[in-house]
Amino acid sequence: MELKEQILELLRRASTDLSPDVEKALADAREREEKGSPAWSVFDTILQNVTMARRQSTPMCQDTGMPVFYIDFPDGSSEKPYREAIEWAAAEATARQYLRPNAVDPITGKNTGNNIGINAPYIHFHQWDMDEVRIRLLLKGGGSENVGAQYKLPHPALKAGRDLDGVRKVIIDAIRNAQGLGCAPGIIGVGIGGGRDASYALSKEQFFRKMGQRSENPELAKLEVQLYEDLNKLSIGPMGFGGNTTVMDVFVAAQSRHPATFYVSVSYNCWAFRRKTLTIKNGEVYYD
Amino acid sequence: MIKLRTPISEEDIRKLRVGDTVHLSGVIVTARDQAHKLMIEERPDFIRDALKESVIYHCGPVVKKDQQGNWQFVSAGPTTSAREEPYQADVICEYNVRGVIGKGGMGPKTAEGLKKCGAVYFHAVGGAGTLIANAVKKVLDVHKLEEFGTPEAFWVIEVEDFPLVVTMDSHGGSLHKDILEKSSKIADELMGL
Repeated sequence: MELKEQILELLRRASTDLSPDVEKALADAREREEKGSPAWSVFDTILQNVTMARRQSTPMCQDTGMPVFYIDFPDGSSEKPYREAIEWAAAEATARQYLRPNAVDPITGKNTGNNIGINAPYIHFHQWDMDEVRIRLLLKGGGSENVGAQYKLPHPALKAGRDLDGVRKVIIDAIRNAQGLGCAPGIIGVGIGGGRDASYALSKEQFFRKMGQRSENPELAKLEVQLYEDLNKLSIGPMGFGGNTTVMDVFVAAQSRHPATFYVSVSYNCWAFRRKTLTIKNGEVYYD
Repeated sequence: MIKLRTPISEEDIRKLRVGDTVHLSGVIVTARDQAHKLMIEERPDFIRDALKESVIYHCGPVVKKDQQGNWQFVSAGPTTSAREEPYQADVICEYNVRGVIGKGGMGPKTAEGLKKCGAVYFHAVGGAGTLIANAVKKVLDVHKLEEFGTPEAFWVIEVEDFPLVVTMDSHGGSLHKDILEKSSKIADELMGL
């Protein structure tokens, strides 16, 4: 199979199937609700929908997002073949209804119809010192993207100072404000530090962690556990109907900040947590 | 569980209360951002009959054409309704709409419109695109497809047993308002405010 077809398959898998760790987290969440309650029914519908989408090979959610790719590739090779393969695959995936046409020109309001446009699909390139290629893909819908938020500390109204407890407070505020709008229960990515752009980028890259995979930094790992407990106490529940699961996991990462700035970026991913990885090594192809 | 079929009378819609689960059948119309803007700025007549005593669905579907050239819905969950808050109440009253389906709920202006003109807000399960598409039996018509693109067009569709929950009724009840108040109180406690 050529690279472009491998990427098409990556898009198909991401749009029509969830990773086993995510599906398990949803099934566990259903168990935590009283059978027959609105929250239980939402999880039950979600799980039925996931099974149907996999069987029919159709998008589990009609909002297939703005595809974002993260490519790690061998030193000294060109980006061009990857970009070309992605553009072909995005257009083909749209024609086969794995993707909804989601690239709109903000000036004319016109939808390009094939997911190709200025900076669309969006690609992060990274060269590495290994003889293998890793292509990671995130399909994240517009509703969950809209409830993302960036804070600068200190934040007097929330009594949030420049420390990890201040970070905790603004994240609680962000999830309270999101309510059910981002298709709760969410998976939360947090970036601490960096400039405004780097901060959001770091928060989103956390979405490639496995469910339950804690930060290697013990203080951040502790914060993740604390936030998971705090955020679920909000009882916003699936779709904002009330319930025991408001978030399914919280992933926090930190990077250097400027002495004058302290940004906290919160990215919200809906329950349809569509992220997939393609690895090409010694001519073998692996999807995860 | 309550079974409803469009067209729906004002009397029947006023019987519904927050928390009721409904299976909706009949003809409904998808409309989202550009469609709502158009309905308020130009008040077009082409969609009037389809909307009368019917239901608007906030949805931008994935569609395909089958071999006979007929449109089919492939994936069609609800989109966030809050974006239509500036328009929704006026659209409901102008076009005699009996309900709106979406996700995330809507604000006070819409709540007033539901009360005044006799309509409810139905919540569908966000992200359940394939499951809901399977409840769409037929695409009857489409308007503004060329101009607005697939997600934003008016799709006139026939649905069978579309699973919904009433989260805002025509008597001022709103599950979204209740959950917001409760969760805000807890959030303030957790933040020590």
